[in-house]
Amino acid sequence: MSNKHVDLHGQFATQARSYGVGLTEASPGEVAAAIASAVEPPAVGTPLPWDDVELPDGVETDPTPADIEGATTGVTAASLAIADYGSIVLTMDDAGSEPVSLFEDLHVAVLREADIVPDMQAAFEWFGEQFRETRGSAIVATGPSATADMGALVQGAHGPEHVEVIVVR
Amino acid sequence: MSSKRDSKAAHIRHIMQTEGEAVGTNTRGFNDGRYESVAKLEDYEALKDEARAIKADAIERLPDLIDELTQTVEENGGTVYIAEDAADANEYIAEVCTETEADRLVKSKSMTSEEIEVNDHLEREGVDVVETDLGEWVLQLADEAPSHIVAPAIHKSREGIADLFNAQFNPDAELETAEELTTFAREQLGELIQGADVGMTGANFITADSGTMALVTSEGNARKTVVVPETQIAVAGVEKIVPSVEDLQPFIELIGRSGTGQDITSYISLLTPPVGSPTVDFDDPDTPVAVGDDDREFHLVLIDNGRMAMREDEDLRETLYCIRCSACSNTCANFQSVGGHAFGGETYSGGIATGWEAGVHGMDAAAEFNDLCTGCSRCVEACPVGIDIPWINTVVRDRINAGTDAKLEFLVDGLTPDSETSGPGVQKRLFGNFELLAKVGSTFAPLSNWVANAGPVSRVLEGAAGVAHDRDLPEFQRPTFREWFEDRDRGPPVDPDRTVVLYPDLYTNYMMVERGTAAVAALEALGVEVVVPSVPGAGRAPLSQGMIDTARSKAERVVETLGPYVEDGHDVVVIEPSDLAMFRGDYERLLPQDSYEPLAENSYEILEYVYGLLANGADTDGLNLADGETVAYHSHCQQRTMGLEEYSIAVLDACGYDVTTSDVECCGMAGSFGYKEQYYELAMDVGSNLEAQLREANCDHVIASGTSCTDQIGDLLGEEPSHVIELLAPNGETQ
Repeated sequence: MSNKHVDLHGQFATQARSYGVGLTEASPGEVAAAIASAVEPPAVGTPLPWDDVELPDGVETDPTPADIEGATTGVTAASLAIADYGSIVLTMDDAGSEPVSLFEDLHVAVLREADIVPDMQAAFEWFGEQFRETRGSAIVATGPSATADMGALVQGAHGPEHVEVIVVR
Repeated sequence: MSSKRDSKAAHIRHIMQTEGEAVGTNTRGFNDGRYESVAKLEDYEALKDEARAIKADAIERLPDLIDELTQTVEENGGTVYIAEDAADANEYIAEVCTETEADRLVKSKSMTSEEIEVNDHLEREGVDVVETDLGEWVLQLADEAPSHIVAPAIHKSREGIADLFNAQFNPDAELETAEELTTFAREQLGELIQGADVGMTGANFITADSGTMALVTSEGNARKTVVVPETQIAVAGVEKIVPSVEDLQPFIELIGRSGTGQDITSYISLLTPPVGSPTVDFDDPDTPVAVGDDDREFHLVLIDNGRMAMREDEDLRETLYCIRCSACSNTCANFQSVGGHAFGGETYSGGIATGWEAGVHGMDAAAEFNDLCTGCSRCVEACPVGIDIPWINTVVRDRINAGTDAKLEFLVDGLTPDSETSGPGVQKRLFGNFELLAKVGSTFAPLSNWVANAGPVSRVLEGAAGVAHDRDLPEFQRPTFREWFEDRDRGPPVDPDRTVVLYPDLYTNYMMVERGTAAVAALEALGVEVVVPSVPGAGRAPLSQGMIDTARSKAERVVETLGPYVEDGHDVVVIEPSDLAMFRGDYERLLPQDSYEPLAENSYEILEYVYGLLANGADTDGLNLADGETVAYHSHCQQRTMGLEEYSIAVLDACGYDVTTSDVECCGMAGSFGYKEQYYELAMDVGSNLEAQLREANCDHVIASGTSCTDQIGDLLGEEPSHVIELLAPNGETQ
């Protein structure tokens, strides 16, 4: 592991925590257990796109609208993270990661440490290549959803109130 | 005229009483947050320059970018409709709703959709329109207009929102806290989103290369609006297009910081519609979403509505660089007191709104509130794309003047030798021709002061020209500063290090002679020979009234007079910051480059110059030194924008003073603004923040740099502050 990774991970973790995001580190083999202890059931999820990590039992990975409405936790992968903002990048896919990461009170995101980039410039270079090639869509998510429209800052507006990130190291 | 001013004053008073507190707390919070957030950036100025360059380039080649984007979106499977105006856009959107048999359309927040008033149009066509942004929803329920372009319900208190919800929905338990209100709104809107047929969003930016639109949000309602229904409509002004995805980066880093003072908002949606996510069909609850219908429809409605004409208009063009961040609203002292319901037009509010309203709704819409921009220039450094917002306000004011009925103006014709071929109106011409007023006033001083401030004359001035009766008018002095200088016995320093021109601005020359004599004494004590030639007014007064032709002729005469001194290698020292701002900034707009540049490059604010002399080895011994005396210092708005406040503080510090500075953006007087009958109360409300800070500082001295600030602080504290240089000038050498 290079020093650069250590720095990026540390910076990402500090920034993300400042928005109230919870962080857990796990080796690939520990990910399923880490997710299991982070979720509040019932949970829905979308399959993780990496061979060496798995979702735990009890996470519904082919959810219906009724499942989405009834669940408390949504588990998805994060494609990227931006260290100096503490942001994670949620790529839209045909499995339904977008609604799964959006509708539940708790969003658990699984992020590979190697996918942490230092800054917005690096992130937008990645977006540029991706979007011109795939015409895909993504959300840069920083902390939980929030509003100040009701007279004070409230976390958990239309989107999740809590966000947990499992960093796979 | 007078009754129009009375009703304007009443309107402003009402807004201040009902909405001022909530608006003030929120905007000042955003503004403080902006300072904190941008300070964290490694190179804020470079990022702003980059953002501006991208916008300038994009607007320059906008027609090509529209073509490129159209082709890209069509390749992606979407449809582009270029709407000439609001009616055209609304018809198209209604057609889409008809074709998709839509009963309900849910919206995320979009100022462009406010501009075209699409909600009203769709409601008339039988479509149920629901705003899903919590602030917008509150306004929809209350049937009110946004008071801020980013935080639309900024004028409403928590208690007001609770009353509204409790009255409209009669919930089982009365709603009270912000959490309860948010949860309630989320549930109500969640159901409405689930059954929606069409989702409508705006777009903060759209990239021509991939057809990706960026939405900057925090609540998550825009994400739901896009992902749930099958059909997405995005409404965006044509100016939102940037060339490539990479171009988004500086804007994403700047927009939240500049607006609400957030480093970044919760969600930046980067959508390349039709998006590749399955819809969520809550009417078919048991079919997994992954196998659901992904036959999405996407319509991009690009709105012209005056924008392409703005692009051709040299003075309005920069308005199109605007990214609607709201920095110019939050940093504006007047906006902080009244919000967008007074400082706004049909759709847009705040400083840049004058450009938008003039461009999309016309001069009448802009004329309603354009006066509220005082030209203080604090928004220029706050604007992430560096738009010269005061200039846009000045140009629009000039154009509004051109349309003003001139028939009452005989009253001031004799006193107003301006170059205006159009009719700025009695009040504007009175203040715009301040130079002649000052000459006449000074010639007849002190008699003219007694007459002008005496009850009957003061009342006539208020009735005819709208000069606030509650203000003491400036006192003209005799001898003038120049007369004093010519007549004084003292000769220049023996063997001076250099010779400078001290510019006798109108205020120093006719009203604040002491700061002129103090400047001469201080400069001479530092080994500098001073000359004070006869130079006309800088043109600040007419420019502030939108009298551009008059200001230009003043500028030409100033350069004619000062030019030869500059050519001979002399520096020009300026006491009045608003005049230095003319030399360094506004003259670029008024004069050819070769006559503007030499003066701009060789003019200095007096304390900036003293700082330079000290840095080059001059000794502070000749100045009035202190040993820890405390001073409360209010810098001048334009002085701060030029980055010159720090020199005054550094020199005071070097001379042994313990300095506390105010952090209010403007004193509220802002030239003649606070003298105007219809704005007097607003100016005093703005000033009340400064008053509180100065009183709390409780210092041995109160000092200021600008004429307006001096007048305003004098009215607020009951005692006029001195200029910085008056405090520092050697004792006994001033007049």
